[in-house]
Amino acid sequence: MDDMILMQNVWKAYSNGVMALNGIDLSVKQGEFVYIVGPSGAGKSTFIKMIFRELKPTRGKIFINHKNIATLRERQVPYFRRKIGVVFQDFRLLPKLTVYENVAFALEVIEENPKAIKKRVMEVLDLVGLKHKLRSFPDQLSGGEQQRVSIARSICNRPPVLIADEPTGNLDPETSWQIMDVFTRINEQGTTVVMATHNKDIVNRIRHRVIALEGGMVVRDEQEGEYGYEA
Amino acid sequence: MKLRTLKRHLNESFKSLARNGWMTFASVSAVTVSLVLVGLFLMVMFNLNKIAGDIENDVQVRVYIDQSATSVQQNQLESNLKQVKNVQSVTFQSKQQGLNNLLQSMGSDKSTFQDLQKQNPLPNVFILKTSRPEQTVQVAQQVKSLPYVSDVRYGKGTVEKMFQFVNIARNVGIVLIIGLLFTSVFLIANTIKLTIVARRREIEIMKLVGATNAFVRWPYFIEGLFMGILGSVIPVFLVMIVYHFAYYNLSGNLSQMFIRLIPYQTMTANLSLLLIGIGAIIGVWGSLNSVRKFLKI
Ligand SMILES: Nc1ncnc2c1ncn2[C@@H]1O[C@H](COP(=O)(O)OP(=O)(O)OP(=O)(O)O)[C@@H](O)[C@H]1O
Ligand SMILES: [Mg+2]
Repeated sequence: MDDMILMQNVWKAYSNGVMALNGIDLSVKQGEFVYIVGPSGAGKSTFIKMIFRELKPTRGKIFINHKNIATLRERQVPYFRRKIGVVFQDFRLLPKLTVYENVAFALEVIEENPKAIKKRVMEVLDLVGLKHKLRSFPDQLSGGEQQRVSIARSICNRPPVLIADEPTGNLDPETSWQIMDVFTRINEQGTTVVMATHNKDIVNRIRHRVIALEGGMVVRDEQEGEYGYEA
Repeated sequence: MKLRTLKRHLNESFKSLARNGWMTFASVSAVTVSLVLVGLFLMVMFNLNKIAGDIENDVQVRVYIDQSATSVQQNQLESNLKQVKNVQSVTFQSKQQGLNNLLQSMGSDKSTFQDLQKQNPLPNVFILKTSRPEQTVQVAQQVKSLPYVSDVRYGKGTVEKMFQFVNIARNVGIVLIIGLLFTSVFLIANTIKLTIVARRREIEIMKLVGATNAFVRWPYFIEGLFMGILGSVIPVFLVMIVYHFAYYNLSGNLSQMFIRLIPYQTMTANLSLLLIGIGAIIGVWGSLNSVRKFLKI
């Protein structure tokens, strides 16, 4: 009943014929923290993209909060996306905007009212520990700080689900731990977190459910699992 | 839409127009050039159409009355004519009136024809009007066989030729105009595309955090609209000036030939609105066309 993400027999074929996902069945409960692991080309990014409907499944159903997004109308997609926070390996910040503006931007484009925006932006910047850098531009920040800005942006709209594709992929170990701290805190506030990663240390140290993909299929699904691959 | 959102869109648009100053200038110039040509062409076309229409309305059949006919016979002919199918009106023109009209249309050279006054060779005529130009042939044919009719004349040829000319001019012009307009749309689309490439990331992030397509499109819509309307400013003024000269210099001479141009006010008011409208449409079309691809995220 409390499935936040439910996939039923999900297949994805890219236009060039590559089968990236081959019949995925799984459910993620509300408030869970899930790692998606697997070798390169296993379909992790494809899986992540399905959840916020950057891609549509070729076949199957994907329920997010009990709503099938495979059949979602194009006009509804923006409203659906407001309920999903997304974090990328390459941060995707706007270089000409300050830290504050980058986060506020996400609320402005969904036409939040200015007072609420100001309050909320300060809140999330505090949560990721960057309140003191709000006037800095992205190129004046370290990689970890930039990633934290992008996390702040992804959660400012209080999405019930946060998805991240290799959020620590470009970061050194020390910084990666900081990022995990932030994710943990967000998860503790009740947000469901799905994170695709290659980071063995993190997966093995901060234990959560592990779903391993290989060749577009779920080959392992364990609570408190291990990374299970060599580096 | 909320006022603050509109303000944001306007702000974004003008920032981008300023940032891409040269490209904006190029697009606006392209629209300007196209609209100048379109404007001049339409100016001529509208007048040709009007003149053709005037002539069309003026389609008449001239029935020459036999010189030997008495006035009773003439009256009888008149009532016969009124019964012919498709005849709208029958007007009598005496030989003297006919001569006066003829001399008047010849202008100042009438002295050469002074002796015509003494011995007028023209017949009395009935002038028939038909409701539609294509009926003249049929009416002329029917009238020819009536008693006391010596001859029937109608503007064969000239009207048809006029229409033919207008049609050809119109077709050539339309092809030309469509070509020009497409070029402008293409140029605007390209300008905006350049600005989009720079803003691609921004659009991507907007879409990612749940901005609607309409929200993303607005600034581009405004940019296109602005460029299109800006591009129509010079054409509008140019048309006003050119038509001013054309109208006040030509209409005097033309009126002697019974040709009346479209009044200055009517022409400039309509044509200005039309040019601004066309400008706005190409601008908006071009710009929305170029964002479309980037919205598919
Ligand atoms: N846009 C695309 N068009 C065609 N094929 C694609 C596309 N994106 C990914 N693929 C293919 O789909 C399969 C799964 O790719 P995906 O990016 O999901 O893997 P991944 O698990 O994220 O890999 P990595 O760990 O390297 O990021 C691969 O074989 C890949 O080549
Ligand atoms: Mg990947």
